[in-house]
Amino acid sequence: MAPKESVATREAYGRTLVTLGRENPNIVVLDADLSKSTMTIYFAREFPQRFFDCGIAEQNMIGIAAGLAASGKIAFASTFAVFATGRVFDQLRMAVSQPRLNVKVVATHGGISVGEDGLSHHAIEDVALACSLPGFNVIVPADGEETSQAIRAIAATPGPFYVRLGRPKVPRVVPEGYRFELGRAALLREGRDVTVIANGMLVAAAMDAADSLAKQGVDCRVLNMATVKPLDVEAVTRAAAETGAIVTAEEHLEHGGLGARVAQAVVAHQPVPVSFVAIKDMYARSGTPDELLRRYGLTAAEIEKAVKAAIARKKS
Amino acid sequence: MSEKIGPGETAPAEGRRLDSLLDLQAMAKTLRRHIIEMTASASSGHPGGSLSSVEILTALYFRVLRYRLQDLEWPDRDRFILSKGHAAPLLYSVLAEVGVVSTEELCTLRKIDSRLQGHPDVNCTPGLETTSGSLGQGLSFGIGAALAARLDARGYRVYVLLGDGECDEGQVWEAAMAAAHFKLDNLVGIVDHNGLQIDGWNRDVMNLEPLADKWRSFGWRVIEIDGHDFPQILAAFEQAEKVKGQPSMIIARTVKGKGVSFMENQVDFHGKAPTREEAERALKELA
Repeated sequence: MAPKESVATREAYGRTLVTLGRENPNIVVLDADLSKSTMTIYFAREFPQRFFDCGIAEQNMIGIAAGLAASGKIAFASTFAVFATGRVFDQLRMAVSQPRLNVKVVATHGGISVGEDGLSHHAIEDVALACSLPGFNVIVPADGEETSQAIRAIAATPGPFYVRLGRPKVPRVVPEGYRFELGRAALLREGRDVTVIANGMLVAAAMDAADSLAKQGVDCRVLNMATVKPLDVEAVTRAAAETGAIVTAEEHLEHGGLGARVAQAVVAHQPVPVSFVAIKDMYARSGTPDELLRRYGLTAAEIEKAVKAAIARKKS
Repeated sequence: MSEKIGPGETAPAEGRRLDSLLDLQAMAKTLRRHIIEMTASASSGHPGGSLSSVEILTALYFRVLRYRLQDLEWPDRDRFILSKGHAAPLLYSVLAEVGVVSTEELCTLRKIDSRLQGHPDVNCTPGLETTSGSLGQGLSFGIGAALAARLDARGYRVYVLLGDGECDEGQVWEAAMAAAHFKLDNLVGIVDHNGLQIDGWNRDVMNLEPLADKWRSFGWRVIEIDGHDFPQILAAFEQAEKVKGQPSMIIARTVKGKGVSFMENQVDFHGKAPTREEAERALKELA
């Protein structure tokens, strides 16, 4: 991928919000003193009347977003992913999820690729927390293009959403002419031997792994599963039936996220071996994003290993 | 285009209105009887903090709030948010007396398939603004509703009832800071200051005082009243409506369990329903 194509998903979010703000006067944006990092600052500059900085008070921010949404607004609330989920879990539950309000929690700085800030700023449980809320939709886009499309899609779809974005720049992975569809997996590469189901930063790694495996004679299907909830169960079941083994890859704890949800679908509909590339039951350390992704096993090399392990477990 | 109703104007097809002090007092007694009957019938629920808020809600629903019974979603309606969600029996009783639910339905409180959940559930009961019961969250919701009124140039006002024990919650003070910061003069909070929370007196469990000074220092106009005195309650709401550039907080001194001699100031009746025999005694006092 050419470096000039690289854009942080949070940057794409900030730019898309401005476009949406011009199109729809009902869109309001809230932040908790991180607008220069979540990139809601672009919206704040153009629409100061519709932007509410709540200070470092995330619980209050979610409640205010709920009150705005209940009054007919489309409320985007942003902060770092750790604060947007764990810190406000009861507020999400009581004020947003149960009343099924039109609140879009768009969290940046997901996962360990936040890097040097360390564990206090590494959201590794956020997808699990968001998925646990009845009625919440959860999306983890892979790149800037997919982020822009996903943000437009959720603005047009009533109900609560959690979107997890990242801090670093990431290469474009979705093809030209890509169309994001809510709740649908995107086939990025066809294959017969195994399916890698990935989202977020790990989609690029999955594509690299598939290239490398192809040279070794392994024909690898790659699905970009940006929507973790509702999961595209049909695509998972088909992948299981047609390729006989599945590997999931995500920048999140092994439990409660993409891997767990895929495994649940596989067990219920089409049992086949599943291997998981994810963070094990631990917190990460400070370090550069690349160092951390290597240290905690979130690389193309680890996906390759998992693919081989899953294939070895296939019934011949 | 929706009709805009400025402050002080009367909305057409308004909710039920009680003009005289005697009628308000009679309504308060009726609501208290409902609370006793409902909680006794459910064998659970929160009578104490429901009884202490009776006059406040009576004044709001029968004198202050502008709403339309035939159009509960009317965009210009005043909003009432029961942040102390455990006073649900009182709120349901009020909704019955204004005609949103039937009085017969009240005895279904907390029972399976009832629209009257243990704590307010916006998906179940008509006429509610939000779900509550996990304390500390209502004022934040109220800020959102008040900001939306400003954005849409609507004249509605937002009223949020909090418990005093609820003010232990950190989110209340996040909201206190924000409402003043946003200069929300269309937002009115009321603290039902009955002095008791589940584990005992506020001063023993977690001291709140000086409560009025706290709100003042956060930038609110504070109005202190006797929360069982209708003229004082109505005057406070009137005064709050005139405040410009800042939110108002009415600190209403009340008695937990008010109106039933053996429940007054008895913390045990925070979350315990009267027995059938206790209910009979209470209803005699409220006859």
